Amino acid sequence: MDTILVAVAALSGTSLICGLTLVIADRFFALHEDARIEQITALLPGINCGGCGYAGCSDYAKAIASADAPLNLCAPGGIAVLQALCRFMGVESAEQEHRVAIVLCGGDDTKTVHRFRYNGVADCAAAASVAGGDKLCRYGCLGYGSCARVCPVNAIEIIPHRLAVVHPDLCIGCGRCVRACPRGIIKMIPAIRTIHVLCSSKDKGPVVKQACQVGCIGCTLCTKLAENEAIKMDGALAVVDYSKPLENEAVIEKCPSHCIVRIPASRHENHSCTLSA
Amino acid sequence: MKTIRAPYQPRGGVHPRYHKELSASAPIFRLPLLPLLRVSMSQHLGPPARPVVKKGDTVTRGQIIGEATGYVSAHVHAPTSGRVRGIVDALTPTGAYAPAVEIEPDGQDTWASTIQPCSHWEDLDPRELVRRVAEAGIVGMGGAGFPTHVKLSPPAEKPIRTLIINGAECEPYLTADHRLMVERAADICTGARIIRRILGGPRLWFAVEDNKPDAIAALEQALGAGGNEDVGIVRLKTKYPQGAEKQLIFAVCGLEVPTGGLPMDVGCLVENVATTLAVWDAVVNGRPLVERVVTVTGSAVARPANLLVRVGTTYADLLLHCGTNGPVAKIIAGGPMMGLAQPALEIGIAKTTSGLLLLPPDFVSVFTSVPCIGCGRCVGACPMRLLPSELSKLLEAEDYDGAEANHVMDCIECGCCAYMCPAHRPLVQHMKQGKARVIAKRAAKASRKTS
Repeated sequence: MDTILVAVAALSGTSLICGLTLVIADRFFALHEDARIEQITALLPGINCGGCGYAGCSDYAKAIASADAPLNLCAPGGIAVLQALCRFMGVESAEQEHRVAIVLCGGDDTKTVHRFRYNGVADCAAAASVAGGDKLCRYGCLGYGSCARVCPVNAIEIIPHRLAVVHPDLCIGCGRCVRACPRGIIKMIPAIRTIHVLCSSKDKGPVVKQACQVGCIGCTLCTKLAENEAIKMDGALAVVDYSKPLENEAVIEKCPSHCIVRIPASRHENHSCTLSA
Repeated sequence: MKTIRAPYQPRGGVHPRYHKELSASAPIFRLPLLPLLRVSMSQHLGPPARPVVKKGDTVTRGQIIGEATGYVSAHVHAPTSGRVRGIVDALTPTGAYAPAVEIEPDGQDTWASTIQPCSHWEDLDPRELVRRVAEAGIVGMGGAGFPTHVKLSPPAEKPIRTLIINGAECEPYLTADHRLMVERAADICTGARIIRRILGGPRLWFAVEDNKPDAIAALEQALGAGGNEDVGIVRLKTKYPQGAEKQLIFAVCGLEVPTGGLPMDVGCLVENVATTLAVWDAVVNGRPLVERVVTVTGSAVARPANLLVRVGTTYADLLLHCGTNGPVAKIIAGGPMMGLAQPALEIGIAKTTSGLLLLPPDFVSVFTSVPCIGCGRCVGACPMRLLPSELSKLLEAEDYDGAEANHVMDCIECGCCAYMCPAHRPLVQHMKQGKARVIAKRAAKASRKTS
């Protein structure tokens, strides 16, 4: 009988001391964290894509709570998350544009010239480090899928003849592929846009013609057809200025090297919206 | 002077078929001047040199056409006299693009007026000797291209006690250094004495593999039978990669360079024989490094040769002289183990290009790599005592921190692991990528710390 009493008393005593220590620690050593951080994190999608530029959703939530970051950085969340954040933070109006990634190259293996046969690690950075890549074009898509591997939603497909293609419907606009591409030819563009110059080669016309059937040869025809200078020349490369509207579909038919194409816009419900109370 | 057998055996390594007989007996032949030289500004480790000539300029042989852009950088000189046709963005043997000066030779081959021969180098101050080496744009000609004047200026707290002249030439096929030792032994010995003077008189060893007995004999004759105890020849047992700096230091001195360290941390300095000859040329004749010996070999070459060519001579021009027999499947700059496959023939020879290897289709296999079977042959072959199989798995999973912890940065990219791998895993390519990523990560960390 005595033994059991001693045991009960010892255990109760220990738990009482531990409990008191916890209470004291909670009272005096408590870290006062902004309670809103947890609530904001709950509003965010929670896929930790890093598209906002912060190390995951809770890091972005922390930045929002300390008013360091604007509310419209969460691309995957879209309008719904923006609305929720605005309501939570009491902001009256904010703007967000849905952006998607696009691979600015149309030269798959059937349309481009190869200098040699690459037999090595199937990774774009590794392929680019071997004599600058197997394609004759130094700017084009290598097609080994480094971008597709980092995409959190499998929105990038490597089509049969080794070319990366982004499916705008699936793309959540996180921008991971932009950082993964060693050629730097993936760009973020407004999801509503449909007409694109699918070439990134800064080489002059004759050089491009040797390397690729669908490369921009720098004829400048499209810059004359496009209204309000929506297509501009960057050296010998035509570049769409996505800040200006481009509706004239004649540029697609008139392009002699067929590198201007129409890609159906993303079916995303809200391409851009202005929220006002 | 004495000749000894190598006192130590470096661990690991492989014994590939050497094929040196193709070109080992071909005397060095000076290639005549060709209509165009494409001289790259990136022929050394470190940032490319800055071109200081423009289109239409006339240049003389030995005139500086590219200025060094930093401490670890080297001048580039005009290999002959002529007219600058233009500055183009050209491929280098490493596969990167860098500016290159295209020169149309005028056939006169006039030396620049700034060339000053010197008959009394023994009287010159070591600092003056280093200045002459720096002015001559000399880089390590074994392949790495580390600027020699930087190597010859070790900090005072790390004195050099042993100077090793590297004539191992362990890469299969290559015979450029071999022929230099046979034909230019006396000048190489003078070059070695100059380097020795710069470093304050360390012990001097010439290290040569025992598959080159004629080179050892030539060096013995050039050094003479004098009683100088501080100079000697080490006869190495043939094995790849014994000519690698760290392995050579172990074979000769039994010392191990610490991880992340340099040979000077163990009081050693290794110079290639071609670099040593370039130092002799720079100090005694005042001539900058504008030409080198290149072995053109391989069973797809009709007339394998050791050619003395100007820097900037294109591969196509070398092949005009040597010819091919039958189809060529692969062109490699350097040897088959560490050399780099070349995508084009219009690339110019760099100061670091020791050979051009042409392989016919039956020498080149197109392989599919399969998962590691855990046989451990790469571990046995690795001369740096790394675990290539484990590292490659970590790097495939993009675990760069794990690879760094497992010393991927100590990999010397010698290729022994990939040579042994029965699963045909691209181990060296994994290491190269991994090292590049770790370096980038360290740089990012350093820039974060300073900002």
